[in-house]
Amino acid sequence: MSSPLALPFQTGGHPAADSTGSSHMIHTSVESPKPLPAGGEITPLLTLSGISKNFPGVRALSGVSLSLYPGQVTALIGENGAGKSTLVKILTGIYQPDEGEIRIGGQPAKLPTAHAAFEQGITAIHQETVLFDHLTVAENIFLGHAPRTRFGMIDWRTMRANAKEVLETLGAGHIDADAPLSDLGIANKHLVAIARAMSIDARIVIMDEPTAALSAKEIEELFLLIEFLKSQKKAILFISHKFDEIFRIADRYTVFRDGQMVGEGRLAGTTQNALVRMMVGRAVDHIFPERQPKIGGPLLAVSGLSHPTEFDDISFELRQGEILGFYGLVGAGRSEVMQAIAGMTRTSRGTIMLRGQEIAPRSAADAISAGIVYVPEERGRQGVVIGMPIFQNVSLPSLKRTSKSGVLRLAEEFRLARTYTERLDLRASSLSQDVGTLSGGNQQKVVIAKWLATKPKVIILDEPTKGIDIGSKAAVHGFMAELVAEGLSVIMVSSELPEILGMSDRVVVMREGRIAAIRENDGLDAEMLVRLAAGIAQ
Amino acid sequence: MTTDTARHIPDRLDSPFRSAVFSWEMLLVLVAIAIFVINSIASPYFLNAWSLSDLTFNFTEKGLIALAMAMLIIAGEIDLSVAAIIALASTLMGMALQAEADTPTLVLIGVGVGLLCGAFNGVLVTRLGLPSIVVTIGTMSLFRGVAYIILGDQAYKGYPESFAFFGQGYVGWVISFELVLFLVAALVFWFLLHRTSFGRTVFAIGNNPIAAAFSGVRVERVKFILFCLTGLMSGIAAVLITSRLGSTRPSIAQGYELEVITMVVLGGVNILGGAGSILGVVLAAVIMGLVTFGLGLMNVPGIVMSIFIGLLLIVVIALPIIWNRLRERSA
Amino acid sequence: MKTLAKHREIWLLAAIVLLIAIIALRFPVFARPGNLLNVFNDYSILIILALGQMVVILTRSIDLSMASNLAFTGMAVAMTNAAFPEIPVVFLILMAMAIGTALGAFNGVLVWKLGIPPIVVTLGTLTIFRGATFVLSGGAWVNADQMSQGFIALPRIVFLGLPVLSWSAITAIALFHLLMTRTAFGRSIYAVGINPTASVYAGIDVGRTKFLAFCLSGLVAGLCGYLWISRYVIASVEVANGYELSIIAACVIGGVSIAGGIGTVAGAALGALFLGIIGSSLPVINISPFWQLAISGSAIILAVVLNARGERRQGRIILRRAEA
Repeated sequence: MSSPLALPFQTGGHPAADSTGSSHMIHTSVESPKPLPAGGEITPLLTLSGISKNFPGVRALSGVSLSLYPGQVTALIGENGAGKSTLVKILTGIYQPDEGEIRIGGQPAKLPTAHAAFEQGITAIHQETVLFDHLTVAENIFLGHAPRTRFGMIDWRTMRANAKEVLETLGAGHIDADAPLSDLGIANKHLVAIARAMSIDARIVIMDEPTAALSAKEIEELFLLIEFLKSQKKAILFISHKFDEIFRIADRYTVFRDGQMVGEGRLAGTTQNALVRMMVGRAVDHIFPERQPKIGGPLLAVSGLSHPTEFDDISFELRQGEILGFYGLVGAGRSEVMQAIAGMTRTSRGTIMLRGQEIAPRSAADAISAGIVYVPEERGRQGVVIGMPIFQNVSLPSLKRTSKSGVLRLAEEFRLARTYTERLDLRASSLSQDVGTLSGGNQQKVVIAKWLATKPKVIILDEPTKGIDIGSKAAVHGFMAELVAEGLSVIMVSSELPEILGMSDRVVVMREGRIAAIRENDGLDAEMLVRLAAGIAQ
Repeated sequence: MTTDTARHIPDRLDSPFRSAVFSWEMLLVLVAIAIFVINSIASPYFLNAWSLSDLTFNFTEKGLIALAMAMLIIAGEIDLSVAAIIALASTLMGMALQAEADTPTLVLIGVGVGLLCGAFNGVLVTRLGLPSIVVTIGTMSLFRGVAYIILGDQAYKGYPESFAFFGQGYVGWVISFELVLFLVAALVFWFLLHRTSFGRTVFAIGNNPIAAAFSGVRVERVKFILFCLTGLMSGIAAVLITSRLGSTRPSIAQGYELEVITMVVLGGVNILGGAGSILGVVLAAVIMGLVTFGLGLMNVPGIVMSIFIGLLLIVVIALPIIWNRLRERSA
Repeated sequence: MKTLAKHREIWLLAAIVLLIAIIALRFPVFARPGNLLNVFNDYSILIILALGQMVVILTRSIDLSMASNLAFTGMAVAMTNAAFPEIPVVFLILMAMAIGTALGAFNGVLVWKLGIPPIVVTLGTLTIFRGATFVLSGGAWVNADQMSQGFIALPRIVFLGLPVLSWSAITAIALFHLLMTRTAFGRSIYAVGINPTASVYAGIDVGRTKFLAFCLSGLVAGLCGYLWISRYVIASVEVANGYELSIIAACVIGGVSIAGGIGTVAGAALGALFLGIIGSSLPVINISPFWQLAISGSAIILAVVLNARGERRQGRIILRRAEA
């Protein structure tokens, strides 16, 4: 089983090849360790040395170095806040380093603007940050370097022809060069982004979490493209949180911790545990808390819940004191179901019963007063209200309780905020601090505190540990265990198998808007879950 | 990134007094005092109880609308149709007058029409999910257009004696009814925005409407109420203006919307939503009254005054930005 | 399947044709080519102004100061013409474009260098420019008899059956179309409106692009300053007062999204023409011209409703994908 979704806990090496029936997966030579020249033998295309970058009050990078080699993929590994995104911004000319040297092809180089980076052949592939929805595919590929006619006008005909050519070299001839980008799916958008990189003859390609929204099959296809880029002697910087992907595609690694480079080398000959130790500065043994579940009777019963376009015939039960995991591929409709239960989306059919009483929440406010809260996946967009202080964020869904006939009582708000944030071990200098000044992990604690403060019966956590550092992750998991011990019921939507297997009492697997299976979590087989989620025959 | 590792988190670090001293409102107070002093030196007629009383008429009507507009802008929306609402409300009051309505009925019609117009805007924005800036450009033409259809180039005159009180009457000595109404409304709006949970949700919506909705805030309902409030205050302003002028023309209050918005922005309300205070808006209203009245005393025509208002708007917003840049550069 | 935007222009064109047909049923005079050309000529200035506004709106900005810019520039060239009638008109037109561009650049610099929201900047300059017109003229008018013959005659000269004023609108449409579809600058305008972050990565300076858009809308307003004064042969402080809203209305009706990134030259021009047909048909069908304002208001609201339908993001549609 070589699905990229599988088995992040296996140590090092490459997953054994298998035959899962998916004929799309073309196995290339990467599957077996291949000989690599020693570090000294090829000269790096790009070297950074002694790079430092300070922000007011924060030293984001201190004296880091990085080398990228032509025809090789270098994985950049580090926890959130380790300085990876700052480094990407320096490479793409968005930030200027305070100290240090950049050499491209052996020559000292400066990247004062994004355009300068572009002209040096450095390009970042991240569909949200490089592409334009209402422009055509051809134009997305050639924006900024479109072919011109003699009169300096954009030559649309040549542009279209060139776009077709580039797409065909990538084996993406099925994409219509004249279609507006907004008509394309995420995977095809990736292809366009890569076509763009090819068209500007990029020598250095930065891929920042490229697999985040892709299905297993799409990830496989992306990896084939990366192989192609390698064969074109591009130097690739691959940033990912997923070790299985890193071991699958990368040749080298560089590890950042707290703004410093703590290790680099070739991946062959290292193990996942070694990398994790470098990343966190300690070995992580027990990520998941031990717990003795005390599961009571049914609390929430959903039956036949349907939506015209997003999900169909969803039925399940949640019991008192239970953690119910919802597993599936990204885009399987899990968040949509949860948002419907939490009153954010209207359903076309089906019922939701809480303690035997039918509820039909028409807004989040209805759901909250019924005792169901939804902690959304997109923290920055849906979770925190940046621009408002921590205590006002926490009290927002509980204003009815902290105010008296509509009049605010600040003392009550502070008391509520303190109770829940201290319980979650929030690190902040004061409760009046703007929540936007907190780190991602601490923002997530504010978000969880805010919904817990409504004293819910059911708490739905959508990807609760996505994009937060390992320390905060453990805190969130520990806290979930505490909650269910107190009799709360938890639904946890997660795309991370270890989290699903480590935390859930039962697991619901969703596929393409429908429930594929519901299983007790006693020695559940990870591979089986993946197969269920991907719809691969048993 | 905070480095504080204490488990106990204090409520706040800055004392409220300290943050009050270094606030936008304090800057506005200083500006107001400066203009007051300049006016006193420049014109011998300025420092006089009746002059100062007349001065208040320069901002009370627009200020009333600005109070509601401030809340609307803080919530991330805008209403460009307020002046057109005044025109429509005034015109319909004039029609009622032709049908020999009494003063209470006239007031009720003015206020009611304002409320209905606001609700109409609110429905278009919240029910149909349209951008308020375009919607209210449309209703601005529509409302004033209806006033033109009804009145053409005519005017309604002959409002009853008792109706004149609202825009011309005094509660006592030099204190006008308009001023008292404005001050009471300011207190009410201050309380509503800064002391109630409704006000808190207004800020939340302005900063992040999606997160607010996920937190159980009924975003659309709050916005709808804010549009209604803005319409209501425009209706009240229509009663005051009609009463003060004693007549209705379809061109009444032309261009007020821009002055109201200038007032709100000058008062420190973020045009992009999420921040602002009623105190700031009240101070901005007073400043605009001082500027226009002072210039009037010096016989500067109204249109030239508008240059000062426009410059004031840009300079007051630009100065802190330039100031911060310079400070960063020297640091 | 061409873009949705393409459809939108066709729908608008159909609406205009339908409108003309309905009016022509009762008043065939209206639909005569000669009359329609007159309507086009009457609304040429609005068309040109709408094109400038469209460019600004595409970059997620708005220019409320165009009508005031027009009034100031118009007054400046009219006074120059009155004082020095010997200066050739071509020079005055260049002067109008230069003054207009300078005023637009003033808006643009404040948006670019200080990051003040465009609506605030142009709200301020809306009053400043008009006030400055008063200061410049001292409140006086420049009348027909103070202007030179050439100054007044130019827009009326008939060339190939059409007056120069109409030709300027046609030229403006052609040039703007080339600019928006065939030049890197035009495409970067769209890019900035669709995705400012990605624009930075693509090497586009977002602030500078907005600055240039404001310069362009200023240039257009300046040119229209001359066209307006020479057409209506009167320069006063009140010229085009409140016209900024008609300009924005033309764009909105033409399908230009106020959120930026969506809109075409054809759409903006058709939007202006739509307002033109309504405005000029009212006297023909014997409706008081006082109806115009309310009708265009309703048209704006209707247009926004329809645009929003077209732009509304479609959900992910998980189920349909599963069945496909």
